[in-house]
Amino acid sequence: MPKKSDTARKLEDVGIDIDGEVESAEEDKKAKGKGAKKTAAGKRGKAVTSEDGEDEDEDDEPPRGRRAAKKKKAAQADEEDSDDDIPQRRCAGNRRRGKVRESGGDGENKKSGRKSKRGGNKKQKDKGKGKDKDNDKDSDKDEKKKKNSSGDDSKSDEEEESMSEGEMAKLMEEVEEKKKLIANIRNKPWRMKRRLKVLKEAQQFVDKFEGALGKGKGRKLYAYKVMMMKKWIKFQRDFENFRTSCIPWERKIKEVESHFGSSVASYFIFLRWMYGMNLVLFGLTFGLVVIPEVLMGLPYGSIPRKTVPRPEQATAMDYSVLTDFNGYCKYSVLFYGYYNNQRTIGFLKFRLPLSYLLVGIGSFGYSLMVVIRTMAKNADVGGGDGEDSEFTFAWKMFTSWDYLIGNAETADNKFASITTSFKESIVDEQENQKDENIHLRRFLRVLANFLITCTLGGSGYLIYFVVKRSQEFANMDNLSWYEKNEMEIIMSLLGLVGPMLFETIAELEEYHPRIALKWQLGRIFALFLGNLYTFLLALFDEVNSKLAEEDSIKNASIWFVKEYYANFSANNPNYTGTPPPLDPSDGIRGPCWETAVGLEFVKLTISDIQVTYLTILIGDFLRALIVRFLNYCWCWDLEAGWPSYGEFDISGNVLGLVFNQGMIWMGAFYAPGLVGINVLRLLSSMYYQCWAVMACNVPHERVFKASKSNNFYMGLLLLILFLSLLPVVYTIMTLPPSFDCGPFSGKAKMIDIVMETIDMDLPAFMGTILGYLANPGLIIAAVLLMVLAIYYLNSVSQAYQNANMELKKKMQMARDEDKNRRNNKDSTNQVMKDLEDLLPKNAQTSHAHPEKNAEKRHDQGGKSPKVKPGSAGNDVRLQKDVSLASANPNARGPVTRAPGPRGPGPLPGQPGAGRGQGPPPRR
Amino acid sequence: MGNKQTIFTSQQLDAYQDCTYFTRKEILRLFHRYRDLAPQLVPLDYTTGPDVRLPYELIGSMPELKDNPFRQRIAEVFSEDGEGNMTLDDFLDMFSVLSEMAPRDLKAYYAFRIYDFNNDDFICKSDLEKTLNRLTRNELTEDEVRMVCEKVIDEADLDNDGRLSLEDFQHMIVRAPDFLR
Repeated sequence: MPKKSDTARKLEDVGIDIDGEVESAEEDKKAKGKGAKKTAAGKRGKAVTSEDGEDEDEDDEPPRGRRAAKKKKAAQADEEDSDDDIPQRRCAGNRRRGKVRESGGDGENKKSGRKSKRGGNKKQKDKGKGKDKDNDKDSDKDEKKKKNSSGDDSKSDEEEESMSEGEMAKLMEEVEEKKKLIANIRNKPWRMKRRLKVLKEAQQFVDKFEGALGKGKGRKLYAYKVMMMKKWIKFQRDFENFRTSCIPWERKIKEVESHFGSSVASYFIFLRWMYGMNLVLFGLTFGLVVIPEVLMGLPYGSIPRKTVPRPEQATAMDYSVLTDFNGYCKYSVLFYGYYNNQRTIGFLKFRLPLSYLLVGIGSFGYSLMVVIRTMAKNADVGGGDGEDSEFTFAWKMFTSWDYLIGNAETADNKFASITTSFKESIVDEQENQKDENIHLRRFLRVLANFLITCTLGGSGYLIYFVVKRSQEFANMDNLSWYEKNEMEIIMSLLGLVGPMLFETIAELEEYHPRIALKWQLGRIFALFLGNLYTFLLALFDEVNSKLAEEDSIKNASIWFVKEYYANFSANNPNYTGTPPPLDPSDGIRGPCWETAVGLEFVKLTISDIQVTYLTILIGDFLRALIVRFLNYCWCWDLEAGWPSYGEFDISGNVLGLVFNQGMIWMGAFYAPGLVGINVLRLLSSMYYQCWAVMACNVPHERVFKASKSNNFYMGLLLLILFLSLLPVVYTIMTLPPSFDCGPFSGKAKMIDIVMETIDMDLPAFMGTILGYLANPGLIIAAVLLMVLAIYYLNSVSQAYQNANMELKKKMQMARDEDKNRRNNKDSTNQVMKDLEDLLPKNAQTSHAHPEKNAEKRHDQGGKSPKVKPGSAGNDVRLQKDVSLASANPNARGPVTRAPGPRGPGPLPGQPGAGRGQGPPPRR
Repeated sequence: MGNKQTIFTSQQLDAYQDCTYFTRKEILRLFHRYRDLAPQLVPLDYTTGPDVRLPYELIGSMPELKDNPFRQRIAEVFSEDGEGNMTLDDFLDMFSVLSEMAPRDLKAYYAFRIYDFNNDDFICKSDLEKTLNRLTRNELTEDEVRMVCEKVIDEADLDNDGRLSLEDFQHMIVRAPDFLR
């Protein structure tokens, strides 16, 4: 192909004037192709006649035109060959995938043309595949030539301003086609020069003829539309430019990518994605809850819930208290308890409680949507059936190099890992099953799993124990720092030690590293999740106990207020009028369990951040420093030997991120400030980790490639999102909120705020409608419907899958057949073998062996060689065998049989005749 | 945009944007990368479209390609003269195809060209052997290489002509989970 295209290019270079025409002509015919072929594709006969007509037209043209056309034809033949079969092939590839890409009109045309042909010579399909294509090309060419001329016609006509309706339509289509070409030109595998040229011509064409379209009234409108279109495209392009320049950290990530391969970079991309999502959550929470409260809500100190209680006031500004998020922090917008239950605040009548609830639910909804959408997109991008090992070696060969690597060391590692992976697969191939001491391995694996289960259980119990203990501590005074932060420390430590432990245990199992990684991830995830949920359960215990004592406190506080007024009037008998209100910092308060829960989550997040950052600082940076500088005065080589530099732990980091996000989701409802903290954390960790990885880590010894289709992390994220959704929704739906703090105080349930809004703010009929909608009967019906839909879709997808499998199987079968037929010239295919074996014998000995023949035939029917026994395949395959054998003369080509006259052998012995359609042996 | 405008006219930039997967800024950045390879050769004014070629030695020394075992092939495939000497157009073309935004089909096409060492439009055994040796830096024995090549042909060759045509290659490659580049 390159040679040909070279010639074509030479041609371009030599005669530019011709060439220009060629190019445009080519475009013309492409453009024409669509319109004309739409009619022509179905009825070819008509096309032929019309072609004749066209020829006559051509005669009428001035000789100049003819010459040009001739030149065009000549040039075009080259062009055609060189360039047009690329898209053709591509379109063939596309078709196989069942996806018509936008490579456009020409592809489609060809396809339709070919299809119609296909219909005609279906019988010879196998035989004439190549020919068929050629035919098509020829016919295409013919048609295109025809169209060229007509294109010229229309042009000249155009100049004379005598356009008929049909020509207008044609021109319009041409213009559209050009536009399409302009849009898709980057998808064409051409050289830049050519692309630029074609683009320029197409643009000129569009510019020239676009204005001419439309007449009279329509003209202006059309021109206007075209202009707007141009503006719109320009705007889109500018917007695109702007958008890409807005994607942050692109270069940073690319730098990491070039040093560590795409797998490490995938972590940072994930981090960036997470940051984007959290930014939206942050915008929601702060824009709709926190800022309105700050601007329009009651100021600090106006009511009890917004004031630090008197006993705490002395220490409320202490640094140590503030870092624990107690004191002034606890009574601020960061936490649930600060918000008032006024229905509307400020002059805008902003319904804060409602907005609080909706934002809480909406952020879950948004996250779900984003995660699922990303997953779906990833699944779409992935090649689909990536799992089956059809092409192990081929894939390894062609896709194992990570083209993003730009660092010598990484490249070395990559080379090594590719070599090992090849060696591994070779070994695998050679001895598919090495069964050395399978019992020991099995035992070890069971043991490992047992140990891990024990560890998980132990860690769960430990956390439960610690949370219980922390409840006891809560009632005590003068605690040490450790006792106060025991729970967070234990959880972080578990998160640190657990994975290491798992890794050690996993060595027992001797899995393949990729599988081992998945196991490892799953286990760490289970650990995190178990910890989180035990933590939650313990919290729920606490919440329940707080709820239990709430009633008595409520009574006590009411009684306290009454007492205060009574005392006041008793002490100042002369005072008339209402007594001054109680100072907000006095008075008895409820425990406000929501704030307590929020506080726990915030503390957990903070300690998580601290531990992560410290680990990086000590585990990576300090280690790197020591290794680097102590190496000068140490007894062994630190860089090559034991401590060495750290590697970037992708899986651990990703899991940490996912887990952290789960805490944010859960805690954000009780502490709106948590989202802000998280955004800061992600932002800082982007820079910090980028720096750390570039400064103190070395590339992995086994560099693996991250594949975009890897939905594993996303799946984990979805799972944890769902799991963190549950407790929050549970509290919203069933638990009574605290009586004296938070936006929902005084309601029986948090969700009641919605009911209230419906009752009071919406017109009555809306209320009734919503009432009907919330009717259990309707909901059950809806759920049923959804379940049915899911079932239906599921079965449909299953059916598609089956069909897919079937097709694949068929393809495999056909391939095997083909292979057998070609590879072995002396044919493993029994039929052919029989034929070839028998015929010469017949010729020589003129003896027939009907029995033998029959026997062989029977054999062949029973098991065709080298073909995997298909399910329903046998007789189908037999048929195919026959047809293939008969249809393809090439297969018989290599049979070197003396073409001499055959002896007068008895006819019944001739298997060829017995086979039916096979061409009779030559005489 | 002031002084940048003097490198390309805005029509040129628009045309380049239409022909590649890059934004204006990226094109300019690429131009500067290109120019930095040989500041004395490449003029700062491309409005007249000067005919400048950078030799393969310079192209191959870019950090993006330096460690790539197929750098020579890549340069050869994308260069107009087939020897790795690149004009700016070729350069842009190369990065456009290698960029993330390029569709799989296009990449598959060029990947095929890259792996097709002897330019005969088929990946045959010798091509495969070359590929493999570059990938593993000649660390496999001859037998192993032969075996792997046979396996590859066996797996991917749909029409059984003992070599991989573009169609075979695309069929195989677009399903690969790792085919991203």
